Amino acid sequence: MSLKIRHLLGLEGVDADDISLILDTAISFKEVLSRSIPKVPTLRGVTIVNLFYEPSTRTRISFELAEKRLSADTVNFSASGSSASKGESLKDTVWNIEAMKIDMVVIRHSAPGSPHYLAETCESTIINAGDGAHEHPTQGLLDMFTMREKYGRLEGLKVVIVGDIKHSRVARSNIWGLLTMGAEVSVCGPPTLIPVEMEKFGVKVYDDLDEALMGADVVNILRIQKERQKSGLLPSMREYSRYYGITKDRLKNLNDNFTIMHPGPMNRGVEISSEVAEAPYSVILPQVTNGVAVRMALLYLLSARRGRVNEE
Amino acid sequence: MTKNTAEKIMDSKSIKLALNRICHEIVERNVGTSDLAIIGIRTGGAYLAERIAATLGKIGKTKIPMGIIDITLYRDDIQDKLDQPLVQETSIPFDIGNKIIVLVDDVLYTGRTVRAALDAIIDFGRPRSIQLAVLVDRGLRELPIKADFAGREVTTTQKERVEVHLKEMNGVDEVVIDRSGRGGV
Repeated sequence: MSLKIRHLLGLEGVDADDISLILDTAISFKEVLSRSIPKVPTLRGVTIVNLFYEPSTRTRISFELAEKRLSADTVNFSASGSSASKGESLKDTVWNIEAMKIDMVVIRHSAPGSPHYLAETCESTIINAGDGAHEHPTQGLLDMFTMREKYGRLEGLKVVIVGDIKHSRVARSNIWGLLTMGAEVSVCGPPTLIPVEMEKFGVKVYDDLDEALMGADVVNILRIQKERQKSGLLPSMREYSRYYGITKDRLKNLNDNFTIMHPGPMNRGVEISSEVAEAPYSVILPQVTNGVAVRMALLYLLSARRGRVNEE
Repeated sequence: MTKNTAEKIMDSKSIKLALNRICHEIVERNVGTSDLAIIGIRTGGAYLAERIAATLGKIGKTKIPMGIIDITLYRDDIQDKLDQPLVQETSIPFDIGNKIIVLVDDVLYTGRTVRAALDAIIDFGRPRSIQLAVLVDRGLRELPIKADFAGREVTTTQKERVEVHLKEMNGVDEVVIDRSGRGGV
């Protein structure tokens, strides 16, 4: 059993077999993380560079932990304090890092498509850790892992993604992955924050939250990205919160055994109330725990694919 | 696999007798069953470990702790394998500290699997000792590893393939040597 993909650039186009293999493998890595010594020697001798051109807490720490728990060597790069601030291009930066003999690059960048560009110009295995408003595939995978862990399946699961769909890479990766795995996906948000012709993705689009939540199993709540709200798409945070903020009394139409998810960081009192965020049906912290296991599975599976490519 | 290239060296009865003898040797060596725990290496070793733990439980009139280990993440050839092995779950539902661990596998060959299993076990704690029980020892070691208990010792070449079929996965208990030249365990 091996992955067909060589890089993880996005979940668009990744087939159900590959997604299932990653999610199945992650179950074993979750067990590794529960051991008293949560570390295995699998990626000894593999060097991974974490190239973060945008700020990140969770994703960055999660990748670094996943790499270290697999015994890989890791190097961290952040744009501030690097030659990027002297005007070096992305390609030159990566070519120079590659000249120091590395195997994989985990990249977060504000420009959509930058991981795809690197995959074409570089030798290394590339993993997208978020490219602008395009995709955040490992978040999509860990969200699917968390849903599957609770319900035992993804097929037929009713998932509603609420919030700023337009600027959300988490939404896009969730939509691609969940549709591939046979879930029913809806999106809900103010019309100004929903891309035009969204229905063509194969999702239902709602602007009324109560209507969207009717009979849903999972609500994945997106962060209102204050840093991306330049052009007055929202009248005010207060208005957004009143219409789309998830509070306890909006959950009454959900299915029994429903689940609340949020990729973090949360704006408490804006898109989610503290009461909902801390309730037993919310799996926001398990999502973070699962993220490490899912990233370990991905790194392991992609590293073996590398060895094979070199042999050919 | 064609019939004329495969030779059956153990059948259901001889496997049963061999496992019984191994159990009695384990009890003899350790003067009873106290502090014993059995860990089987996936997949064949896990089924044999279950059988050994059950028999030892009867002999000692006590429940013997049993675990299963998947050594994929500890392999020394993980980067160069063409077909990537599926990582399966490891389950050691007891504290291995100060236990006498009997590690169980179906075939002992190069010793690399056992090496990986030893590393994996030690990541769970510090057992008092680890002993090795195998159904078939086919020789051709590449590491300084030796079985403490062996059901059958056979002389083989690298071109031959030793296959352990067990009821739990193949519906039948038997050990066959395939001489068609594919090699492997």
